[in-house]
Amino acid sequence: MIRPDLAVIAGWIKPGAKVLDLGCGDGLLLSHLQQAKQISGYGIEIDPQSVVASIRNGVNVLQMNLETGLSGFDDRSFDTVILSQTLQATKHTETILRDMLRVGREGIVTFPNFGYWRNRLQVMLGRMPKSEAMPYEWFNTPNVHLCTLEDFEALCGLIGARVAERLVIGPQGHSVRFCPNLTGSLAIYRIQPRG
Amino acid sequence: MNAPRSVGDVTPSTARFDQPLRLASGVTLQQFDLVYETYGQLNAERSNAILVCHALSGTHHVAGTYAGDSRSAGWWDNMVGPGKPVDTDRFFVVGVNNLGGCNGSTGPSSIDPATGHPYGSKFPFVTVEDWVHAQARLADHLQIPRFAAVMGGSLGAMQALQWTLTYPDRLGHAIVIAAAPSLSAQNIGFNEVARQAITTDPAFHGGDYYTQGVIPERGLRLARMLGHITYLSDDAMMEKFGRDLLTDQPRFSLDVEFEIESYLRHQGDKFTTRFDANTYLIMTKALDYFDPASQAGGNLSAALAGARARFLVLSFTTDWRFSPARSREIVKALLDNSLAVSYAEIESTQGHDAFLMENEDYFAVVRAYLARVADEVGA
Repeated sequence: MIRPDLAVIAGWIKPGAKVLDLGCGDGLLLSHLQQAKQISGYGIEIDPQSVVASIRNGVNVLQMNLETGLSGFDDRSFDTVILSQTLQATKHTETILRDMLRVGREGIVTFPNFGYWRNRLQVMLGRMPKSEAMPYEWFNTPNVHLCTLEDFEALCGLIGARVAERLVIGPQGHSVRFCPNLTGSLAIYRIQPRG
Repeated sequence: MNAPRSVGDVTPSTARFDQPLRLASGVTLQQFDLVYETYGQLNAERSNAILVCHALSGTHHVAGTYAGDSRSAGWWDNMVGPGKPVDTDRFFVVGVNNLGGCNGSTGPSSIDPATGHPYGSKFPFVTVEDWVHAQARLADHLQIPRFAAVMGGSLGAMQALQWTLTYPDRLGHAIVIAAAPSLSAQNIGFNEVARQAITTDPAFHGGDYYTQGVIPERGLRLARMLGHITYLSDDAMMEKFGRDLLTDQPRFSLDVEFEIESYLRHQGDKFTTRFDANTYLIMTKALDYFDPASQAGGNLSAALAGARARFLVLSFTTDWRFSPARSREIVKALLDNSLAVSYAEIESTQGHDAFLMENEDYFAVVRAYLARVADEVGA
């Protein structure tokens, strides 16, 4: 069973595309895309154990630090660059997003929506939110740049990115349309450089 | 998976080749011998062979021991064996001593059939590409149409890379460890100092010392001492030796005083008993000449356009001889050609020598990668 956001991403990828997955973890998304979409892909990952897991899953993985930039990659060298559930843990978030859209013709970004009502409620009740998408305590979380849908779209505007598609998923894995910034726990965006 | 074991006692074999081999230098070797060892079983489809290429001072003796000599473990015995990352329960592994070597393959210390004397100064210079051609002859001899993988570290990795260009259809995977796509001026500089140490030794006799009954021991020793400094990282040396003295107080003498001096002298001495000075010269020149990009106007990406293998590239964080940046150059060129490549930058304090050392992350990567290869070739 593949994570719901991964299924959505797979739906957005063109067959045979050249894909770069930033923070590819164990490589299961790329592995799924290789089988379902015959993509040629590379993952970028910093954690040694995840690198081994990716290799074991039969995907090309490059052990590099996202934070030091994608300077080794040429402009427009990939059809799609994916940042799946990694955005919130990046330090140089703006630079990485800009680089994504330089290296790829389009980007797919997924992140937990901090504006989801349960998160808001927990803050209102006086505690930092914890959820399935954000299972950490405030003192040990790798997440440093959490945002809401509206925050993310504002940043897209700032870096000259156009939102081509957006899908917001609720806690049961179904897509939500009503007040997504409140009812959606996970956001999936397809973004492109404007113009 | 079985617990890692040694391949046990092994015996080298020698293959003789009577078809002339034209070398990059233009010289033709009329005949030559290659000494090699194999571990594991070649499967019925002959699809599970891995060629292990050695580095500057390596040999065909990759793994296992020689009967009656428990200290004779091969140079990559930690990597190659039953249940080890290069699992000889699944793969048929071939180790070969390169042309120009001094461990049984034809080299400067071999007898030149034309004269009945050792080749000495008349032995031709060889390149990485020449070695690959010679290794392909050995593959023919062993009836291996295609290697599942060709792998090596340092100069050995350069051979794996060259295989993907010279015989793109004769290997499935290239495992390129602690390599560089070419030597830097600094690298060549180190090699030149090492060579000068040898060639200026009065016992060198222009390379024809065999007939003089001497060897340029002092020069070879110095060359090895210099090499050792560049194989280790500053941190690793400091960690291992620090500023420790052999005695309590400085003795204000030129004798061995610091631990590091003692270590380097020991390494140098040990080397002169097992290695030939002419071979050292030839091997370092092969390193210097290696530059596949030069075939494509200096463009490494263009040079790799003909490669079809899938790649695993590995570097070590403290390797300053062939730094991770040099490995990333290779990765970049492979990406430019949309070739399959995985790259791992292994955290290590050991410098260039790390490719010979046991390291959990390093071995896990090689193990995982080769397990895929084994599944693929039905090993």
